[in-house]
Amino acid sequence: MDRRNGLTGYLLLAPAGLWLAMFFVVPLFTLVSTSLYDPAGSLETGYALSLNPQNYTAVLADYTPILVRSTLYALAATAACVALGYPLAYAIAFKAGRWKNLMLVAVIAPFFTSFLIRTLSWQVLLGDRAWIADALRAVHLLGPDGHLLATPLAVVTGLTYNFLPFMVLPLYASLEKIDGRLHEAGADLYASPLTTFRTVTLPLSMPGLVAGTLLTFIPAAGDYINAELLGNPGTQMVGNVIQHLFDGGSYPEASALSVILMAAIVAMVLLYIRRAGTEELL
Amino acid sequence: MIGYLRRNSVLIAGFGVLLYMFLPIFVVILMSFNDPASRNSYSFDGFTMHNWLNPCEPYGMCEAVGLSIRIGVVATVGATLLGSLMAFAFARHRFRGRSAANVFTFLPMASPEIVMGSSLLALFVNVGMGGALGFWTILIAHITFCLSFVVVTVKARLAGLDPSLEQAAMDLYANEWQTFRRITLPLVFPGILSAALLSFSLSFDDFIITNLNAGQSQTFPMFVWGAAQRGIPPQINVIGTVMFVLALTLVLMGDLNNRRRERRQSSE
Amino acid sequence: MTGPSSELVIAGVTKRFGDFVAVDDLDLTVPEGAFFALLGPSGCGKTTTLRMVAGLDTPTTGSIRLGALDITELKPYRRPVNTVFQSYALFPHLTIFENVAFGLRRTGAKDVKTRVNDMLELVELGQFATRRPQQLSGGQQQRVALARALINRPKVLLLDEPLGALDLKLRRQMQIEIKRIQTEVGITFIHVTHDQEEAMTMADTIAVMNQGVIEQMGAPEELYELPRTTFVSNFLGQSNLIRGTVTRDNGTDLVVTVEGTALDALGSRCAARDGEVWVGIRPEKVQLVPTGTPHPGNDVRPGNILPGGTVTDVSFTGVSTQYLVEMPWGQELAVFEQNTGGRGVFKPGDPVDLHWRPEYTFLLDASQDATAGAELENAPS
Repeated sequence: MDRRNGLTGYLLLAPAGLWLAMFFVVPLFTLVSTSLYDPAGSLETGYALSLNPQNYTAVLADYTPILVRSTLYALAATAACVALGYPLAYAIAFKAGRWKNLMLVAVIAPFFTSFLIRTLSWQVLLGDRAWIADALRAVHLLGPDGHLLATPLAVVTGLTYNFLPFMVLPLYASLEKIDGRLHEAGADLYASPLTTFRTVTLPLSMPGLVAGTLLTFIPAAGDYINAELLGNPGTQMVGNVIQHLFDGGSYPEASALSVILMAAIVAMVLLYIRRAGTEELL
Repeated sequence: MIGYLRRNSVLIAGFGVLLYMFLPIFVVILMSFNDPASRNSYSFDGFTMHNWLNPCEPYGMCEAVGLSIRIGVVATVGATLLGSLMAFAFARHRFRGRSAANVFTFLPMASPEIVMGSSLLALFVNVGMGGALGFWTILIAHITFCLSFVVVTVKARLAGLDPSLEQAAMDLYANEWQTFRRITLPLVFPGILSAALLSFSLSFDDFIITNLNAGQSQTFPMFVWGAAQRGIPPQINVIGTVMFVLALTLVLMGDLNNRRRERRQSSE
Repeated sequence: MTGPSSELVIAGVTKRFGDFVAVDDLDLTVPEGAFFALLGPSGCGKTTTLRMVAGLDTPTTGSIRLGALDITELKPYRRPVNTVFQSYALFPHLTIFENVAFGLRRTGAKDVKTRVNDMLELVELGQFATRRPQQLSGGQQQRVALARALINRPKVLLLDEPLGALDLKLRRQMQIEIKRIQTEVGITFIHVTHDQEEAMTMADTIAVMNQGVIEQMGAPEELYELPRTTFVSNFLGQSNLIRGTVTRDNGTDLVVTVEGTALDALGSRCAARDGEVWVGIRPEKVQLVPTGTPHPGNDVRPGNILPGGTVTDVSFTGVSTQYLVEMPWGQELAVFEQNTGGRGVFKPGDPVDLHWRPEYTFLLDASQDATAGAELENAPS
């Protein structure tokens, strides 16, 4: 009697399912239809549905560099998250011993402070008169007039920081499942620790790595908070533009840009999943 | 010494990353005691308890916190209820379109917030609510993105539940409802609780989606955003510190509770 | 026509999971008050049968009757049947007391406290009443599971491989314990296991199941000494099966020729009586003698001699010495000799003859697979 047949399953599914249909799926369609509106309209006068893709062409003409930039920043942040997150996840899974739970709490803990506030803290930390900048100037990694804030570096740092837990937790979950005795088997079969890592641990942690990179890249690509707080007008990301367009009442253009962002992400993710070979993310 | 470093290099690196993650938190806590020299101060100018003693001094901040809490509570209840029902459907029942439903549940978690926020705004505008954005539209948005997290959390907990426990209950004369009430529910409850806590923190902390759908209302993250342009009152860091300490306490308490239970179980 | 009030009758029950037939047209009657064992390897359908009696699965076709009550379609909570689960399935969030009291509370019994305490005393767990299941050892948890089921005084108690997780000594102890309780309480017990020693120790009647059907059913001695199929002969203990041809049959006695040697067999012990047969003899019934030694025989009939073997392996197991003897036609036969200390031990390479009493020979249908039931997993643990 493992799983029951019958109506109950559908009944249980219905409320949440309907909700998601109404407030997630339908809005996506609405987004697409809004993106096809004649931009000459407005909230007061109403919009006319024009089926020509003029919004898309306009938006692509104006904002392609920003799309590219967003992708690059997101990729950079994701790479940084892997570089920082993998050692941490590995340490917690295999080297932590009795500190394991504490370390896991420590990974989740920063979540508990509003991430806006945390990002603002980075403003403080990366400020011209703060100790990080001073230290870097002392070792000549930063010129005497150099800034850390209001640079692409600051934006990527912020992105990395904000999404690190999304990388660490799935990675940890994957690594945790690896039997420690596999490492011993590797050593027994003459593999150096690095080789064991490359041939045994890394492949087995792939599901976690794929999940982590997706959970990091996708939101990072659409983020604008880090760009706004830590960057300058030259580091604007797609999210900033979309928000500004909405603020200015240009709903059709904003929707078009959103759809483009969504489509780009979906395309990249599908390609990535096919190459990485894990379909069982869910 | 070198040997110790080399052997524990991964662990040390791990702690290093943790430290990096906590750096801003230290700043938040520190700055909550800050006596700012000017409205746009970015450094620690002087120590004061003033901010802690007058937390609601900044105009509109406590109202914003109140709104965030109200929305958080209602959204948590809604998302937890709907999401738990759905999790039960996945874990205990057969139905067609299972994998499609699975994908749909996962999708909101993986969508960029700006896209989700925009699409909801597009919906509201198109049904004529463009001028009525506020509490209800924010609430709808929050429940929507919290749902997936609840489903995943509760589903995981249910999957770990030994099915023979429910069979044993029925074998011992408990009907379906009694089995659910006395066996299933108590055992799933920790999962539902963590889902609820997760929902609340996601809701309280959300900015991007909320900002697009809030109209004239202001939640706490929106207040912070506005303050970032106008000048950050140090009381913001007070709220931040309080949030952090509260949540940390809850998690540590839960963890301690688990440890205590485990220790009792392993003793004879 | 219905029998006594707790007689369990399984009639024509088939259970299909998609294309897979787990239980195939099963007919079984378990008399009231019996200790009945369903024995078989993994996947033979014994657990599925048990679950259908418990109500956790429904038969695809057929019916199950308990006395006059047709329970085929009844939900588990409506049947006067209780189960001891393989994993014990103790409720981790309830105390031992509440676990044992669970069934009583659901049926609204009045004197819960007294009955629970009495039952805990019966299984010697009185002082653990306020503990949680996780704080108990495996053996103790097993007893709680038993108490929790028994306390409801079911008509039939089902045990699904309850001793599997226990170590050897504890398992032996529990086997005796459970048998004692059953005798005391008088309830019908149906015990599902893959351990043939366990089944033979505990049960009055054993049904050996294989691939959804019952191969043979009867008392342990009967099944062991007189198997009717190769599966049963290999699954219970070990058997030597040698191909032969029946050359004479006078009703009470048969003569079978095996590679030129004539062997005697009793007619009552033959499941197959003509043509090609398997000649079966249990290893412990065989005596090894140096080649050429005459068989002492007795006044009723001479003994069976299978000559020309060579010892290829000698294993000392403490209680016995186990030999492998290669016969001239290539087959290796097993011989177990008890280490009484009276007889010498053979060495590999010794030429030997095999002696045994014809009363122990059994004949089986040669069309059956001689390796059926002999898989490694059925070796006594």
